[in-house]
Amino acid sequence: MFGASVIVFREVLEAALIITIILAATRGVHYRGIWVSAGVIAGVIGAVIVAYFADTISALMEGIGQEIFNAGVLLVAVLMLAWHNIWMASHGKELAQQMKAVGRGVSDGKLPMLALASAITLAVLREGSEVVLFLNGMAMSGESTTNLLSGGLIGVAGGTALGVAMYFGMLSIPLRHFFQVTGWMILFLAAGLAASAAGFLEQAGVLPAIKPIMWDSSWLLNEQSIIGKLAHTLIGYQARPSGIAMLAWLVTFSMILLLMKIVNFVPRQNPEPKAVTEDPLPENS
Amino acid sequence: MRFARYLTAYLLISASSLTSAAPAEFEIIIKNHQFTPATVTVPVGVKVKLKVINQDATPEEFESYKLNREKIIPGNSSAYVFIGPLEKGEYDFFGEFNQATAQGKIIAK
Repeated sequence: MFGASVIVFREVLEAALIITIILAATRGVHYRGIWVSAGVIAGVIGAVIVAYFADTISALMEGIGQEIFNAGVLLVAVLMLAWHNIWMASHGKELAQQMKAVGRGVSDGKLPMLALASAITLAVLREGSEVVLFLNGMAMSGESTTNLLSGGLIGVAGGTALGVAMYFGMLSIPLRHFFQVTGWMILFLAAGLAASAAGFLEQAGVLPAIKPIMWDSSWLLNEQSIIGKLAHTLIGYQARPSGIAMLAWLVTFSMILLLMKIVNFVPRQNPEPKAVTEDPLPENS
Repeated sequence: MRFARYLTAYLLISASSLTSAAPAEFEIIIKNHQFTPATVTVPVGVKVKLKVINQDATPEEFESYKLNREKIIPGNSSAYVFIGPLEKGEYDFFGEFNQATAQGKIIAK
């Protein structure tokens, strides 16, 4: 049971952190709870379907179907996160002002919620399908269902608790910096996911490694420790990155940042946004 | 933008050079949640292809921190994992779903 909970926790952690960052980034948006829940539910359903077809997916394209699938899922998530950041770069200031003016959240449809909900779905689907496969395998090996279920639930609860703790930690960031912080977090998150996608394509032999191990910093921060795991998800840290993963990280990071700068230069109606004071923001969901 | 174009060109060239020389293949069998052979010796400096055959009914995740590899092998099926070109050394791997028994290593020399 303990073994099961540790593995489930490990898999759930990444999805939990992604959901946390997105929840923070959509602070004050109406109906975001519904969007986020819908994203999670769709992800869970997707995870079961993907796990069910794991054999088929794996056998596709001469045995590299799984890598192509994972890389595809990751890259779509990267696009969704990039979309959010680029959108925020052109509308973010108005949004913060509006929140202050109205004294509550902005209306739905303002933020690209569909993009963010999709990013959540993809994260849950990818990590969740591994959990389903693992638990199913354990059940086939004769492990009792009660043990597996309780182990799985402890793992999910652990991941969720960490996400909740991080969320409340983030709420202490002053409002005027808040969306800048979440924007940077999403930027790092997207770059890290792109690096993982490149890693899968390298594993499948589709992309060259360039250099399989650029450096080894596992003595400093092991990717398997909790801190290492957090760093891996939050900034894309890899203890032994390959050249192609590093390149993907750099290219994604700079491309999104560049596009954010470009849209930010487009003149807007309100060239001088008033300073937003630091009122606590009422939660809408 | 120009950088992106160079990058694309570079990747295409590398990808095509890759397909021309088929990498050497090594087989690893998973049975009773154990790897056979548990030690695989591969040449240094070239890309190699591992064929992981899972003869158990349950899925296994072939994973190696040192090699940065992670791949689910469904029950009663096989899958490929490309590794390298490696530098001389030992690279351990394991089955994440049965870590107590599923342990092995790649030796590059």
